[in-house]
Amino acid sequence: MEEDSSPVKKFIKDIAANKGAMIGFIFVALFFILAIFAPFFAPFDPTTLHTDALRLPPLWALEGKSGHLLGTDDVGRDIFSRLIYGARVSLGVGLAVVSLSLTAGTLFGLLSGFYGGLVDKFIMRTMDILMALPSILLSIVVVAILGPGLNNAVIAVAIVAIPGLTRVVRASVMNEKHKQYVMAAKIFGRGDLGIMFKEILPNCAAPLIVQGTLGFSEGILNAAALGFLGLGAQPPTPEWGTMLSDSRSFIESSPWMVTLPGLCILIVVLGFNLFGDGLRDTLDPRLKKI
Amino acid sequence: MFKYCINKVLELIPTFVGISILAFGLIRLVPGDPIMLLLGERGADPEVYREMQASLGLNKSLPTQYIGLIKNLARADLGTSIISKRPVWDEFKDRFPATVELGMCGMIFAIVIGIPFGIIAALKRNGPLDYFLMGTSLIGFSMPIFWWGLILILFFSIHLGLTPVSGRIAIEFDVPIKTGFLLIDTLLIQGHDKYAAFLSALKHLILPSIALGTIPLAITARMTRSSMLEVLGEDYIRTAKAKGLPRRQIILNHALRNALIPIITVVGLTFGSIITGAILTETIFSWPGIGKWMVSSITARDYPVIQSGIMIIATCVILVNMVVDLLCAWANPKLRGKY
Repeated sequence: MEEDSSPVKKFIKDIAANKGAMIGFIFVALFFILAIFAPFFAPFDPTTLHTDALRLPPLWALEGKSGHLLGTDDVGRDIFSRLIYGARVSLGVGLAVVSLSLTAGTLFGLLSGFYGGLVDKFIMRTMDILMALPSILLSIVVVAILGPGLNNAVIAVAIVAIPGLTRVVRASVMNEKHKQYVMAAKIFGRGDLGIMFKEILPNCAAPLIVQGTLGFSEGILNAAALGFLGLGAQPPTPEWGTMLSDSRSFIESSPWMVTLPGLCILIVVLGFNLFGDGLRDTLDPRLKKI
Repeated sequence: MFKYCINKVLELIPTFVGISILAFGLIRLVPGDPIMLLLGERGADPEVYREMQASLGLNKSLPTQYIGLIKNLARADLGTSIISKRPVWDEFKDRFPATVELGMCGMIFAIVIGIPFGIIAALKRNGPLDYFLMGTSLIGFSMPIFWWGLILILFFSIHLGLTPVSGRIAIEFDVPIKTGFLLIDTLLIQGHDKYAAFLSALKHLILPSIALGTIPLAITARMTRSSMLEVLGEDYIRTAKAKGLPRRQIILNHALRNALIPIITVVGLTFGSIITGAILTETIFSWPGIGKWMVSSITARDYPVIQSGIMIIATCVILVNMVVDLLCAWANPKLRGKY
């Protein structure tokens, strides 16, 4: 057991020494806490209309006259509560996108890297086609097929993320498959599936963890962009991108309605990127950009 | 090199076939009847329905329809927009220069600022300036540009009143379209308001270019830094230093020139993300380019436009990526080894 726990300890020590990663981790952790305990932190229900308090500015601009910390939007919903519940929506989006795309990407990457030949050619050509379409355009196409909505936006964003993941998995599989432990497993008569999932996959875990973390930021950003274009979550869902697009016409009179949701997106995406970069530096020095 | 080029071009064929199948499948995958969707709620007249079906070619078998699409493509016939009743190709031609102009200005902004940022960060490695520049580029990299564009408008247009909010040029200028690039067209006007028109076009370009160029800027700066660091550790840099060459000459002539290859690759490959950025930027700034065109076609369910637009954009991305590949292979013979 001693030998098993030491790499984990070393990893924790390394990542704790990485300032950027720790800052990112704090952002991400705060975001998770806010999302999970949203009803506990939010002073109001995110969809309740306070019709007596339309487009109220944040507390500091009003010298403490209202009960709404960050003001209200055009139909009188409490912005602070909506932003907190928005964390929950974005966390859900991130989790769903990462698990969907990671599953598909791992499967395709394993098949492609392990079998090579025609299977590899077919899968990689398909990925090339998906990659030829700019990410937002591809998600727009998928949403155009499935219809706008949060669930369809998640599917669209997940599909966009698959090619990159497939390539990463394929590259590590090709790197691993000629190693001796794979030979040994073959000699012991393990089946292809056993070798792929039980032998090779655990050794590709490092790049997968890194890509999964970075996939969170990518997924949240793309889903918010779809929301902004009116193709993602539909009002009154408190999704940050949708909130931003709803408040665009009030940019001059009520700038806080525009500023705050975008700031939340930026902070969360930045947090995941910082943490992901740090993870890459510690887990997978090969991918490190010096 | 020749063999490499041929191979690269041949590799494109299956990709093109795949893209055409994807574009073809799109209109047929929409749940429900596309014609009913197009005709709206009141369009149940069977005569109109059949007419619509025939004009879209939806009354034939799937393989016939697909072959028809390929035949039309070969004749450069991309169909007619349902909304504007104009050929899709004409619609595209009118809008493409606007996007190219915006994309070029965004890329220039990214390169002119990103490369010096990267060089300075590499030279001051692990110093406060390096942390500051790299921190800034990570923020730029994480930027939701649909929000960033609005913040730029809020600050520069609404707060300071320096720049216009939307469009390509002030309404009082009537610029005859020659090249489609307003920066050039305004200068071709005969008359004294030539420079005023040029200035107006330039002012309209500033904010969208910054919004669009921010993510490429961040990528360029990060890539330049890592590429410079790699090169600065090489033996020939040490030799140049030992020879007593001036620092500026070492950095610009010896280091930067060799560091540029990966930078060019990355800059070339951000072309796809420029289109993604253009879709969002054009929506924010009401920029009459292909990004805004695609979004409005999708909300209007203008299927011929969506179908052809996807084909055109994907073709552009594939061709640019191929050119980048070829340029890299030309600059670095090691990459040709595969063939």
